[in-house]
Amino acid sequence: MLLQFNLPIPIPIPCFPTSSLIDMGSFQLSRALLGSRRNWVVRSQASLTRFCSSGVIKGVSDTSSPSVHESPSASASEHAVANASEAILKSRTWNEHQLTADQLQFRSLASDFAENELMPFAAQWDEQKHFPVEVLRKAAGLGFGGLYCGHDVGGSGLSRADGAVIFEALAYADVSTTAYLTIHNMCASLIERYGTEDQRQDFLRELTSMDLLASYCLTEPNSGSDAASLQTTARRQAGSTDYILNGEKAFISGGGAADVYLVMARTGEAGPKGISCFYVDKDSKGLSFGRQEDKLGWRSQPTSSVILDDVRVPERCLIGKEGEGFTIAMSALDGGRINIATCSVGGAQFCVDAAQGYVSTRKQFGKAIIDFQNTQFKLADMLTKVQASRCLVLNAATALDSKAPWASASAAMAKRFATDECYNVANDALQLHGGYGYLKDYAVCELSPF
Amino acid sequence: MKIMVAVKRVIDYAVKIRVKADKSGVETTNVKMAMNPFCEIALEEALRLREAGHAKEVVVVSMGGPQCAETLRTGLAMGADRAIHVSTTELLHPLTVAKLLRGLAESEKPNMLLLGKQAIDDDANQTGQMIAGLLHWPQGTFASKVAMEKGSDSVVVEREVDGGLESLKLQLPAVITADLRLNQPRYATLPNIMKAKKKPISQVTPEQLGVKISRDLEIVEVIEPPKRKAGVMVASVDELLDKLKNEARVI
Repeated sequence: MLLQFNLPIPIPIPCFPTSSLIDMGSFQLSRALLGSRRNWVVRSQASLTRFCSSGVIKGVSDTSSPSVHESPSASASEHAVANASEAILKSRTWNEHQLTADQLQFRSLASDFAENELMPFAAQWDEQKHFPVEVLRKAAGLGFGGLYCGHDVGGSGLSRADGAVIFEALAYADVSTTAYLTIHNMCASLIERYGTEDQRQDFLRELTSMDLLASYCLTEPNSGSDAASLQTTARRQAGSTDYILNGEKAFISGGGAADVYLVMARTGEAGPKGISCFYVDKDSKGLSFGRQEDKLGWRSQPTSSVILDDVRVPERCLIGKEGEGFTIAMSALDGGRINIATCSVGGAQFCVDAAQGYVSTRKQFGKAIIDFQNTQFKLADMLTKVQASRCLVLNAATALDSKAPWASASAAMAKRFATDECYNVANDALQLHGGYGYLKDYAVCELSPF
Repeated sequence: MKIMVAVKRVIDYAVKIRVKADKSGVETTNVKMAMNPFCEIALEEALRLREAGHAKEVVVVSMGGPQCAETLRTGLAMGADRAIHVSTTELLHPLTVAKLLRGLAESEKPNMLLLGKQAIDDDANQTGQMIAGLLHWPQGTFASKVAMEKGSDSVVVEREVDGGLESLKLQLPAVITADLRLNQPRYATLPNIMKAKKKPISQVTPEQLGVKISRDLEIVEVIEPPKRKAGVMVASVDELLDKLKNEARVI
């Protein structure tokens, strides 16, 4: 039997144990999750669709009032429809008491956007390996392109806690696309924090609007967990202030599609202190990309290697000081870890909702299987794991916002816990669907993507 | 021109409605609420009129308990200039709402009142018509298009009626109720959500508007519609006709 499982886009955490989603010896392997297609029928009744301020109009179907649902019959497609509607309903996450009034509104906006713009297409994008740039730009139009950047450069000036709430809501509909959005935001926030005022003004506007898309390039074929041993070099030649970059980056999210690459390269000694951070334009001579990786999941996100062959980068594109690159990279990853964790939480919440919807309608032995205690215990455990993950995410986000010294550790804990537990939750959800869970028609199967 | 938009907080359209066990109404505790979709369309139209230069101010109004503030904030985040909250915990029926709107119209003096054609919880489709009657203003209900000329004191409303589309020219001030195809409401944006915090929401009570809330309607019972019955195979055309005539009573 061909076993397939989904790898996260590796975000190396050199100082902390990298949590592996694939426990190579474990029994879990035999119950691996497939990524792929979800075949929703978007609810036709009362489907009021929206457009954002850029004015793209989508179709609307006519209805004026919802009628009471009838119980769906046992056919697969109707289960899928029922699951869709139930899934959309259960977006109460039982942490509303921890959120500010603003965060509740942000979440509501993000949920609406996710439901209308991401949910109906996520499966298709994954199947077709389509990178939904237009939709990402729409999201940027609402302010999602530069969450942590200043208002003066088109950013939204929000906190990490706000971001966690927003990305969880978006990831509920599409983990893969949302994960890319978080990476883009990570790049923009890196420039916001470490760039000079000129760099902020020059680079950020096009990033916050997502007119330009960004990628974060740290990992190399020979340096993953041991990121500080990276071998891409950036050397200055006599008589010029330009840097010449040479090397190769691996597994770069957005690789090939992004317009801007934030590349960590070695300007000095071996080890972390010799690394610097560069803003590299896609059109730079000498910059090329490997083939698009054929990933098991997250296929709506392009991933490729980035090859630098005597790429000339002007001095004004050095972000921060020489030798500061590793600090910059790691600090960016603190936020990145929190956001990957929150994406896992969003995806897992969807899985729980989908499973709950399914077991409420599936009847065996004369009753809905949700009426059996084991199912209830299972769902309760799943919900607990999701909630615990969510709490760790919020803890890490608020720690980072308040610049606590343990913020990095908190972020790593959140990432490790959320990705592992949410993986288990997705697996449990698939199991609760029985045989249907193995079918691509069923969303839960697509929702393995972490 | 000032436009007043009345919006209602209702159960979110995507929620699966459950009838309460005592049949007194539907379950609303812990249920997701949202702005009525037709009210959103009405507000969107008001915002577009303002953006086209026909209106100077868009005021959004809602009536009910403290949770209305949520709906009003959504309205402000979409772009309304300010909000009015008519504060009451009584159950409001269309005529009462219309009387309260009349009170507001008398103090605010809007040139146009935009509402959704109906709320998705009661499907009454009465408030717009009633307020127009109370104010003696012309009404263009079920609007699928609203057009104004610059500097004009009238508005052309295209309405969806059973026979097709009807065009009416209304002298302002007028009442317009929005139908589904009037427009596609915008998303709020993150910056607008934050700007909305600075916009004022003024509080007003029914007493201040001179309205005594009376129960003109009594809800006797709320029940689910009958479950769909299985289809029946008929043996002949005659049997079909017989069933259509005598059982279904459609011919």
